[in-house]
Amino acid sequence: MADSFSLSLKELARRNKSLAPGHRACAGCPFPAVVRMTLSASDYPVVVANATGCMEVTTSIFPFGAWPVPWIHNAFENAAATISGVEAAYKALVRKGVVPADKKIKFIAFGGDGGTYDIGLQSLSGAAERGHNFLYILYDNEGYMNTGIQRSSSTPYGASTTTSPAGKVLHGKLQHKKPIVDIMAAHGIPYAAQASVSHWNDYVKKVRKALSIEGPTFIAVYSPCVPGWGYPENKSIEVAKIAVESGFWPLYEVENGYYKINYRPRNPVPIEEFLKSQARFAHLLNYPEAIEELKRFIQERWKFLEFMEKRREIDGVTENV
Amino acid sequence: MSETLKVKQALTGNEAFAFAMKQINPDVVAAYPITPATEIVQIFSKYVADGEVDTEFVAVESEHSAMSACIGAATAGARVMTGTSSQGLALMHEVLYIASALRLPIVLAEVNRALSAPINIHCDHSDTMGSRDSGWIQIYCENANEGYHSLIQAVKIAETINLPVMVTLDGFIISHGMEVVETLETDVVRQYLGKRKPLYNVLDYENPIMVGPLDLTDYYFEHKRQQIEAMKKAKDVIEEVITDYNKRFGFDFPVFAEAYRMEDAEYAILSMSSAAGTMKEAVDVMREKGEKVGLVRLKVFRPFPYEVLQEFFKNVKAIGVMDRSDSVSTMGGPVFNEVRSALYDLDTRPRIMNFVFGLGGRDFPLSDALYIVNRVKELKEGKTLDFVEYVGVRE
Ligand SMILES: Cc1ncc(C[n+]2csc(CCOP(=O)(O)OP(=O)(O)O)c2C)c(N)n1
Repeated sequence: MADSFSLSLKELARRNKSLAPGHRACAGCPFPAVVRMTLSASDYPVVVANATGCMEVTTSIFPFGAWPVPWIHNAFENAAATISGVEAAYKALVRKGVVPADKKIKFIAFGGDGGTYDIGLQSLSGAAERGHNFLYILYDNEGYMNTGIQRSSSTPYGASTTTSPAGKVLHGKLQHKKPIVDIMAAHGIPYAAQASVSHWNDYVKKVRKALSIEGPTFIAVYSPCVPGWGYPENKSIEVAKIAVESGFWPLYEVENGYYKINYRPRNPVPIEEFLKSQARFAHLLNYPEAIEELKRFIQERWKFLEFMEKRREIDGVTENV
Repeated sequence: MSETLKVKQALTGNEAFAFAMKQINPDVVAAYPITPATEIVQIFSKYVADGEVDTEFVAVESEHSAMSACIGAATAGARVMTGTSSQGLALMHEVLYIASALRLPIVLAEVNRALSAPINIHCDHSDTMGSRDSGWIQIYCENANEGYHSLIQAVKIAETINLPVMVTLDGFIISHGMEVVETLETDVVRQYLGKRKPLYNVLDYENPIMVGPLDLTDYYFEHKRQQIEAMKKAKDVIEEVITDYNKRFGFDFPVFAEAYRMEDAEYAILSMSSAAGTMKEAVDVMREKGEKVGLVRLKVFRPFPYEVLQEFFKNVKAIGVMDRSDSVSTMGGPVFNEVRSALYDLDTRPRIMNFVFGLGGRDFPLSDALYIVNRVKELKEGKTLDFVEYVGVRE
């Protein structure tokens, strides 16, 4: 990856645009780090729209707002439509001379997996198709955590949640995750990427790249959930790392239709390590067929990504596009 | 009388709405088509395509997103409008409450149409009555001319009190019927409205604010209470704006309600929107026969102008309230219930009954209007009648 978008850890720390201390995210929750990295990465002033969900409720309990930037929460399924409106207003007001044209502002929407893969997909798809200039960041914790750990279409196969509980006849969720980054890339937007909170450098680069592009951009960042997944609260980053190292959550990007895998685990960790690290998969260890099915799915995903990456060779695209 | 040049144009209700929007030249319009309001979006798109407005037009993928984008744009300080009808308004329902509670002066051109099921594209008021508690000001117009002027006034009202306003016209009856509309000049409209001065602005990143945070048990009630207070104050604002508009441009639009031949009325009908035209004719017919009957056309339904109705009805013996929707409560329509409640404390409390009519666009002929007047006459004369009657339906 070309390094023009990198930021040193020192510089990132110096910028330190963060949520105010005292927000109510669970101990160990990694999305405050996602917010801090995002806001610190930006070279521009940003306006944020936030979908209903954990991030919104824990950072905005009146009268103690934690956000250091203009922020708007509208409803659960409409963060993308809301930011479309803000961005449209910005364009109109610049055109009419109300807002000075040299005041460059970037627009970011944050949504959980429920607000993005499920109920909010229509509004996100519409906004992407219309080509608004905004970055949508999905923090993917693989469930509706705010309402008490229900399955979403991002919840992995086999995971036990309160609406896909492991029982006597069912072993948790029966369906695989939706490939949200591919779905967004298929809209023909200029940039879509998958990242993880555990790989800060990769994530920061992706945010900076996305913000440098005019038009709709999308990043899905893996963000484990302490109570939802069932692991000790000091292990969030580690769990996210195992997801990447086991190949369960590949880091890749799609730029103008060209796929690129950003990281290949050198010594892949067995998927069983990922499953063993969390309570939501505890029952699965008694279902070897389910584990096989999960492995098949992961291999299938990698085959797909590697195939898609070949387009670069065919078209002779070596660098960023 | 003012010197303002007025231009008479033959316009349909939808054209009148769209023309007013062109003159208003909002910063952002986000909208989605639905019969019978589709033309508003189409005509406005053409204005955008022809450069007749410099509005940012967002052709969203649903009404839910239309209102959501309007909310986003309005928080960024823009003057914002949209248009819809029926299922579209119902799909906006969740976000209508957010627009009003965030005190955003969004203006909605609404064309009344029945709600599904069964699916029906014609006029009744079940759509807007369904959002009556959403915190929006609601203005019901009798004809396209009033719709045109009310939409312009709505921008002023909304931006003075910082509450959203929907202005309604009856689907097809008005939206597609051609009328003479007396329009103002574009310059005059733009000068009259000036620029929006927002309460707050999320583009002001040097002074960041958080809009729409979580209120728990300790603040929600107080914030709602403030919103209710704003709605109370909206009554003064509506009165000021319409009175001033009449004076400035030489009109005599009623403020909250129009009284027709009410001076010495012994009994009366309360009606809204286009049906009031037919009802006025029925009143005339009965007056010819020496009947002391009058009509009150209710124009503003939210905030509910109960003081005005108490004044109009303090001397009548019986009232028939007309509803073009039913609340399916088994005790009549929404207008009926609110009017009855408003008159409960009068010293000379009139007898009141409800007439539900015209659902799904069912025609409302003069014969039905005369039937209603005659029933209210019987009510006045002491006859015991049903609480609610359904007029014009096969039973
Ligand atoms: C229309 C609507 N349906 C349901 C809800 C209840 N609700 C609030 S947040 C939420 C789940 C959020 O899940 P996700 O988007 O994954 O974010 P997370 O809480 O996991 O961060 C639900 C179901 C709502 N607010 N609005």
